[in-house]
Amino acid sequence: MSVETEIAVGFLPLLDSALLVAAHEKGFARQQGLALRLHRETSWANIRDRVAVGHFEAAHMLGPMVVAESIGAGQLNVPLVAPVALGHGGNAITVSAAMWRDMRHEGADLGGNPASLAAALGRVIRKREQVRLAPPTFAMVFPFSCHNYQLRDWLVSGGIDPDAQARLVVLPPPLLVDALRSGQVDGFCVGEPWNSIAVEAGLGVIAAVASEVWPDPPEKVLGMRAEYARQNPQQVAALVRSVVHAAEWAGQSGNLPELAQLLAEPRYVGAPEAVLLRALQGRLRLARGHEPVSRPGFFRPDAGATVPELAHAHRFHECMLRWQQIQGSTDLESLALASFRPDLRSAALAAVTKHERQG
Amino acid sequence: MPDTALRVLIVDQNVVRASILEEGLREAGYRDVIVVRDMQNLLRRILDEEPDVILIDLENPNRDVLEQMCQVSRVVSRPVAMFVDKTDAGMIESAIEAGVGAYVVDGLRKERVKAIVDTTISRFRAFSRLRTELDETRQQLADRKVIDRAKGILMRERQIDEEQAYQLMRRTAMSENLRLSEVARSIITAQGLLRS
Repeated sequence: MSVETEIAVGFLPLLDSALLVAAHEKGFARQQGLALRLHRETSWANIRDRVAVGHFEAAHMLGPMVVAESIGAGQLNVPLVAPVALGHGGNAITVSAAMWRDMRHEGADLGGNPASLAAALGRVIRKREQVRLAPPTFAMVFPFSCHNYQLRDWLVSGGIDPDAQARLVVLPPPLLVDALRSGQVDGFCVGEPWNSIAVEAGLGVIAAVASEVWPDPPEKVLGMRAEYARQNPQQVAALVRSVVHAAEWAGQSGNLPELAQLLAEPRYVGAPEAVLLRALQGRLRLARGHEPVSRPGFFRPDAGATVPELAHAHRFHECMLRWQQIQGSTDLESLALASFRPDLRSAALAAVTKHERQG
Repeated sequence: MPDTALRVLIVDQNVVRASILEEGLREAGYRDVIVVRDMQNLLRRILDEEPDVILIDLENPNRDVLEQMCQVSRVVSRPVAMFVDKTDAGMIESAIEAGVGAYVVDGLRKERVKAIVDTTISRFRAFSRLRTELDETRQQLADRKVIDRAKGILMRERQIDEEQAYQLMRRTAMSENLRLSEVARSIITAQGLLRS
């Protein structure tokens, strides 16, 4: 019986921390000889910095954050890699109750096509411009995030210039609902359960989910220092297998109630179990007083959604260029692609197959 | 020589720690120190104050709000960067370990800012030590109360004096490999059970 290796893993209290929680709580990590120490963090910046200085071996990380740090567009610019992804989707765009009333006047229907809702928002904004009202403020969670890019793409789909006709700000998820209540923001793009919490409070209406804006959207990954991955191939392979096995478990709909129960615990997400379960099942209440509607593929925690695809890294790099977060260069693009490592995932899974064949 | 003309803004919801840091910076000669406690519209407030250096505690979720100031955009006219000298990994690590992040207006030379960051790290550490000591003192006070109560019980029940009661508890603690306060708690619990 070998001694378990302790691995410190940072996470933020969000629905998509699900696979890390399942890997730990359901024993998938232990089966790989790992003792996960899950550390709940308060900001993405902390996650990044504590991975960079080595407090965490790995962390629940925004996909674009891994790319940004690796190409030198981030803060500490310690090269990172993503050997496995933590699922697809899970974000939604919510507008304030007041903004929704204005959008309805412009023809928006609850649950309607996201582009047509964005177009209604565009008409609201143009009317406000005519009377010289300030552009609306929309929040997202981090500059290098799918939330930022999905929000921008949704606004564009309604003919809105995200920089000239809206004000985009960063706010941490726990403060978004209050910001909506105080009128500090008119809407936001955030991961669950925060959209549903705003809806349950009667403060917001969900206008679109990420999978309607980007089909099968990439989202969080397990990020780690490239140097750590190079020096500890066995640990990385064990981590990858822990996550993929957790995803095989979470991919079975019968296990979702148990997963929701685990996530609801205060030390993890600490949100109502029923809200978490609905999101895991791809059902969302779009406005208070309405029945939940089905949004298939809203959040995918299954094994197929754990591949850190090169196409995702490519897409994030394109978004950074398009929104002028970086200047273009072919070197940067290859660095971006090098930070996503589907090869490490494949190797980790192949090694286990070989082992099982021999055993 | 540190450049004491720099405007320093402290973002910390912990009033005591913010005061300790503010005092430390003033002692070091920095006159232009602003403490922000209200987290509403933080970005607006920072943009209005135009600080050269922003210090924020790492328990604060608003740290991510500052990250957008690191982007060159129309939101911020003076882009900032986290820490000054990216090559000084030791300083970054010490700051993160002490629990503080430093954002600095891009273009300020590192020598101008180093003294501020050093002071911040040492004050954050001092606060953390203070907190640990305070917790220990509280614990000791609580323990002493429990021990006194248990002594009183033994004196009454066994008709012995205070010193004998104390020695009895001490011997029991040693032979049972328990802490004195644990023995005292057992006595209080047992007495409660016997009485009811």
